[in-house]
Amino acid sequence: MTLQSLNLLPALPEIFLLCAVSAILLIDLFIAERNRSWTYLLSLLALSACAGITLGSASDAVSYAFNGMFVDDPLSDLLKVCVYVGVAAVLVYSHVYGRSRHLFRGEFFSLALFSTLGMMVMISANHLLALYLGLELMSLCLYSMVALQRDSARSTEAAMKYFVLGALASGMLLYGMSMLYGATGTLSIPEMAQRIAAGEVRGTILVFGLVFVVAGLGFKLGAVPFHMWVPDVYHGAPTAVTLLIGSAPKLAATGFTFRILAEALGSPALVAEWQDMLVILSVLSMAVGNITAIVQTNIKRMLAYSTIAHMGFFLLGFLSGTSEGFGAAVFYAVVYVLMTLAAFGMILLLSREGFEAENLDDFKGLNQRSRWYAFLMLLVMFSLTGIPVLLGFWAKLAVLQAAFAAGYTSVVVAAVLFSLIGAYYYLRVVRLMYFDEAVDTAAIVNTGDQRTLISVNALALLVLGMTPGWLLSVCKHAVKASL
Amino acid sequence: MPLLSLVIWVPIVAGIAVMATGSDRNASAARWIALLGALLGFLVTVPLYAQFDPAAHGFQFQEKLPWIPAFDINYHLGIDGISLLLILLNAFTTVLVVLAGWKVIESRVSQYLAAFLVLGGLMNGVFCALDAALFYVFFEATLIPMFIVIGVWGGPNRVYAAMKFFLYTLMGSLLTLVALIYLYNVSGNFSLPAWYELKIALAPQILIFLAFMIAFAVKVPMWPVHTWLPDAHVEAPTGGSVVLAAIMLKLGGYGFIRLSLPIVPDASHALAGLVITLSLIAVVYIGLVALVQNDMKKLIAYSSISHMGFVTLGIFLFNELGMEGAVLQMVSHGFISGAMFLCVGVLYDRMHSRQIADYGGVVNTMPVFAAFFMLFAMANSGLPGTSGFVGEFLVTLGAVEVNFWYAFLAALTLIFGAAYTLWMYKRVVFGPVANHHVAALKDISAREGFILALLGIAVLGMGIYPQPMSVVLDTSVADLLAHAARTKLP
Repeated sequence: MTLQSLNLLPALPEIFLLCAVSAILLIDLFIAERNRSWTYLLSLLALSACAGITLGSASDAVSYAFNGMFVDDPLSDLLKVCVYVGVAAVLVYSHVYGRSRHLFRGEFFSLALFSTLGMMVMISANHLLALYLGLELMSLCLYSMVALQRDSARSTEAAMKYFVLGALASGMLLYGMSMLYGATGTLSIPEMAQRIAAGEVRGTILVFGLVFVVAGLGFKLGAVPFHMWVPDVYHGAPTAVTLLIGSAPKLAATGFTFRILAEALGSPALVAEWQDMLVILSVLSMAVGNITAIVQTNIKRMLAYSTIAHMGFFLLGFLSGTSEGFGAAVFYAVVYVLMTLAAFGMILLLSREGFEAENLDDFKGLNQRSRWYAFLMLLVMFSLTGIPVLLGFWAKLAVLQAAFAAGYTSVVVAAVLFSLIGAYYYLRVVRLMYFDEAVDTAAIVNTGDQRTLISVNALALLVLGMTPGWLLSVCKHAVKASL
Repeated sequence: MPLLSLVIWVPIVAGIAVMATGSDRNASAARWIALLGALLGFLVTVPLYAQFDPAAHGFQFQEKLPWIPAFDINYHLGIDGISLLLILLNAFTTVLVVLAGWKVIESRVSQYLAAFLVLGGLMNGVFCALDAALFYVFFEATLIPMFIVIGVWGGPNRVYAAMKFFLYTLMGSLLTLVALIYLYNVSGNFSLPAWYELKIALAPQILIFLAFMIAFAVKVPMWPVHTWLPDAHVEAPTGGSVVLAAIMLKLGGYGFIRLSLPIVPDASHALAGLVITLSLIAVVYIGLVALVQNDMKKLIAYSSISHMGFVTLGIFLFNELGMEGAVLQMVSHGFISGAMFLCVGVLYDRMHSRQIADYGGVVNTMPVFAAFFMLFAMANSGLPGTSGFVGEFLVTLGAVEVNFWYAFLAALTLIFGAAYTLWMYKRVVFGPVANHHVAALKDISAREGFILALLGIAVLGMGIYPQPMSVVLDTSVADLLAHAARTKLP
């Protein structure tokens, strides 16, 4: 054991967050109910400190820790920073919502932060076991968060579904990993890639393992045909938790997909194997997601199907199998998270004590109730549709271009046609807000931090959409430097 | 001075300022700021015309800044004579629309005016863009304000019309996006001037042409993808109809000129027959359809489609008369259709009906209005001395050079156009006073008279002396045709 392999600095953000969460967990026990805001502030503080550490140590260098089980590369830095932002935004958005629903408790914050830790480990894993550990840490926290309102039958049911299907997915993933181990004799990602490249592997088992791993990935991403849990969980979970499930974990899943498909199984011969699978997952996701979303009347369900469709687009970038394509997919994931945060954030904002703004009709006439919120939601919806000059358009352009360059012309044409179908249900939200008369005339109550955040979040879609160059370059550069 | 950037951004910034005035309590502030913004937007286009060098080849007033280096997308602007005229028309129309909505729009005034100003800026962007991605961004972004305008201030069936408008045009432009991505992949950039030099084999050229054509044909609109237009026009508020007919439809014609012809000239020649056939169907068949309409706005909408048929016909004749005629027809149609929709708007504001049958004898109560309406009706039927004649005449002449029957069918519009316009005019304006509603009509106000007078001057001026317009076109049209005549096959 050399001194080099004892270096724990690459894992400093994780170590810090672990200490911080443990501290918050303890401190929270001694805080009276009315001072619960301290937990909230401490959680935000912990996340910003993590961001400081990650940004402070960000460089193009790739460093390893824990005997090569853990890696700190530019991509992990990028994704982690986005995860911090995402989780912090979730905490701010759910502030008022949580208070009125007994969610504003120590458990909520510590579980959210532990799941953040899980995501960070997933993103930085350089070994299949570490990857799996991170995934389970994240998932277990999310399962219990869905069930946090234990009196609600709907939430409990959703948590049960999420747990059972999640466990099934984990099982598949583990089974696949064990086959990969059987074929290559290692669980370390770089070694696996080396052995595959050297040809010292058993092809059939490898491909079988690959199929199971991709199925597991499909579950976690919520791609068709492994999407069944998405609408029920999104619908059943308290909206604050839906927001968490819908946002940051997608970034972790991006890291996860990248580590397995691009790094471990990225040799040209294998790429062709998983490309075909991803094509099917991607096209089916876009088809089912976009078409099914049309008939939804509940906006959370609608956004769940929209997530499925967006994951199809995300996979479209991935299946090109080039570093350009991976960069486009990472860009897509980051943009998607930004849009989801704003969309669910708006639902949280419009909800109030004893009232969930979760039906599409609750958005009727929003323009009369608040011109500013209606305008922000309009930006979000057009960004999700992919109308320029909003950020969502550039994300679509990037993945379409990558898939086109890889020769998937017909898939690209299918993708644009499905996004045309998708335009309908996003437009419907705009229609309800602007064209219809308000039914609900209650005042919209929320705090200054929420108002600022939703404004910044939605306007970011417009401003970044006008200057998408740097974010795109950052994503592409991070992928290039990490491969 | 970055004139073209000003042309794009002055209206948009003014639009944001108008939106900031907020609720209807500040409606009059919103109106004045909007008028100021629109006038300013028009003023910055004046130096463009003054400093434009009609003899120079290529694009003028160019600006180029890197925008998205990862895709080599640049903020690249530049205009030739064709874009210049459309920009002037757009800036002019924006002023009129702000004035036209002055009294009529009473709810959510600031949003209404802001939508039009932003829309005006975005459409200027389309006419200025020399980067395909920039072009696409502006082209698509125009959908958002128009969608809102139709949907919020439109008629009873506005939701259906707005959705149809949006989805129809989005369908076309998404396929164009695929074509743009293809061109990017073979060339490595989005620069239109660079794409003009690109060598492409015939098969991909045809596919690219078809992808472009879907977007632009929907926008023009050409038969058979025109069905969204009558719905959109009928439901849109007057201002929306004016901008839609006067400028938005031109985005389609402009797209053919700026993208299809120079980038894929061989495919354009190969498929010219298809476009010409569709154009002639639009001219003849849609002309007949217009004849049987009971709704004034619908009638003018169909007449728009029929007149826009001349534009696509002229473009694909590939001769100077046809091309110049097409561009002049676009400008003239901008004036005339705008004026026609405003005239219907004047009647609708008073009677809240667009049905021809509800009118009759309007001349007795609104003589000044009837005179203006007469002028525009004549222009719409292509009477010599009005702007309507210039474009149609040139295109017909150009068509004779290519094929007598093209010219023959195109010239039928002179009959049909006169028939449906004048017949409508007769039923609405002449005859005895039809009912007590008509008897109670008040003639146009000074504001309305001013707007119609401006348009009347434009229509007559262009009809009698089109020289100032054709002079800026000559070189650009010749260059475009030279480009289109050069094969791009490898």
